[in-house]
Amino acid sequence: MEALGVLLTFPMNPYLEEELDRRCKLFRLWETPPESRRDFLRAHAGSIRAVVGNAQVGADAETIDSLPKLEIVSCFSVGLDKVDLDKCRQRGIRVTNTPDVLTEDVADLAIGLAIAVMRRIPEADRYVRSGSWKSKGDYKLTTRFSGKTVGIIGLGRIGKAVAKRAEAFGCPIVYYSRSEKPDTNYTYCSNVLDLAANCQVLVVACPLTPETRHIVNREVMDALGPKGVLVNIGRGPHVDEPELYKALIEGRLGGAGIDVFEQEPHVPEELFGLENVVLLPHVGSGTIETRTAMADLVLGNLEAHFTNKPLLTPVI
Amino acid sequence: MAGDERRPPELRPLLLLRPSPLALSCLSTRFHLLKPWDSPLPLPAFLSAHAAAVEALLITGLIPVTADTLDSLPSVRCIVTTSAGVNHIDLSECARRGVVVANTGTVFSEDGADYAVGLLIDVLRRVSAADQYVRRGLWPITGDYPLGSKLGGKRVGIIGLGNIGSRVAKRLEAFGCTISYNSRTKKPSVPYKYYPNVCDLAADSDALVVSCSLTSKTHHIINKDVLSALGKQGIIINVGRGELIDEEELIKCLMNGDIKGAGLDVFKNEPSVPEEFLSMNNVVLSPHSAVCTNEVSQDLIHLVIANFEAFFSGRPLITPVSA
Repeated sequence: MEALGVLLTFPMNPYLEEELDRRCKLFRLWETPPESRRDFLRAHAGSIRAVVGNAQVGADAETIDSLPKLEIVSCFSVGLDKVDLDKCRQRGIRVTNTPDVLTEDVADLAIGLAIAVMRRIPEADRYVRSGSWKSKGDYKLTTRFSGKTVGIIGLGRIGKAVAKRAEAFGCPIVYYSRSEKPDTNYTYCSNVLDLAANCQVLVVACPLTPETRHIVNREVMDALGPKGVLVNIGRGPHVDEPELYKALIEGRLGGAGIDVFEQEPHVPEELFGLENVVLLPHVGSGTIETRTAMADLVLGNLEAHFTNKPLLTPVI
Repeated sequence: MAGDERRPPELRPLLLLRPSPLALSCLSTRFHLLKPWDSPLPLPAFLSAHAAAVEALLITGLIPVTADTLDSLPSVRCIVTTSAGVNHIDLSECARRGVVVANTGTVFSEDGADYAVGLLIDVLRRVSAADQYVRRGLWPITGDYPLGSKLGGKRVGIIGLGNIGSRVAKRLEAFGCTISYNSRTKKPSVPYKYYPNVCDLAADSDALVVSCSLTSKTHHIINKDVLSALGKQGIIINVGRGELIDEEELIKCLMNGDIKGAGLDVFKNEPSVPEEFLSMNNVVLSPHSAVCTNEVSQDLIHLVIANFEAFFSGRPLITPVSA
């Protein structure tokens, strides 16, 4: 694949980058300042036949339009919200993602976040490190996780994996999905507001689409309530971020464990001082094992496409 | 005794040895509470003046109960402690004198197990460290946080497959972990592999969860050899007692990179925590709070009341402990 031009949109993974560099002609989008990007793409449009994007930078309409030779967009993520899928369909561009390999890590993190918020694990760690255990005495009582009702928005691969883990803690499961899933015993809620009113931990695990943008809005947060905890392992825009901050600071929402934000890597600074939140820098799939598996899937999909074999994990 | 004349005749006397806000607020309507700290008399004098006939003793805060304690309370027949561990109570002395003892049974077990799992995920996935990274405003400056390690597929060795350990096992199975254990004796009805030797367990584990009682036999059950067997990729989680681990050895191993990380809820000299831990970002530190939830407080009070009521009605204790 030596002459094959591949545009890598973000320094997402050293191993992936090395392999692409070794096997193809690699163009690193982030090395060009944003204002020169259009020129950069125009200059190399003749050779770029593949784009590898991720949750931060994908392949929007403008990028796709500037790459007439583009044949495939291989996403280093399962989410496709940063790819203009309609444009890809129009142009006959293939699209692949990285499902399954990251399901467990993301679900593990959802539970880890719920426990971290409810039991205040990072806060307690800070309490010890600052010497407060000695000077102020025991840390306060926190909130039990076991047995609390867990509500899941989106019962896909990740949602089901979250449910399976939560069940081991004796948590009843309720869920909202576009349609009821016939093969589960979990209780279905036909709208997110009902779901929020009927659970204590609300986990966002659905894809980001125009329909699901701000699916967790002020009303949903109020319904989840002062004892409720929101866990977002989906995408930042699933949650109305300014409303989240207000709900937390005003006590209308009990707590939040957030791995994704509307303008990553920027996190609203107002959240930094809150003790009822845990803030993570989009690490849902962030393990050595999983990122390597994701990289292999990206490479495998590219290899398959350019050797005319069936794609491993096609979306389009 | 102060307040004696106002005591409703039907409330049985219950001796406390230190103030416990929970006990004081929840038990005063059910029992006549004897509170030595309210008296100008020193404790021995108070006990001989007012507690000679007292049959029931509530131990909070891990206050030791020794032969001397029992000598000073000749009528005590029932002791209830608000802890799961009973290493602070001389159980053989109690048995010798016909004193029944109750602990907290499984009241703490769910929260303890949740916390152990939370600590393990935190260490592997760097939750506390990454949260701190974000709060310092570093994400836009230094970029993505270093990768963690996957929990699924990890071999977890549980030391002490009791009430907490067995619940940790059940939870971790749902995450795709393989569970093995060491315990005083093999448990015939559990599906996990038993290792009679802790070093062997450590050698075959990616993470150890310590959730056994502290006894003379389990002191420093996690020692240099065990840590060495656990190895450079190994993680250790302790929700038992500080003295189950040789703390100095643990510090050395962490500083030398001989093990990968640790999640510690308990320490040798609480609330003092060795300074060396404070600069380690592969360690999660916790102020002995694994079982400290609001819900557990409620459960605990109900259990304490139920145990004493059983005793006073001549029924067996709900959560008895034997020597």
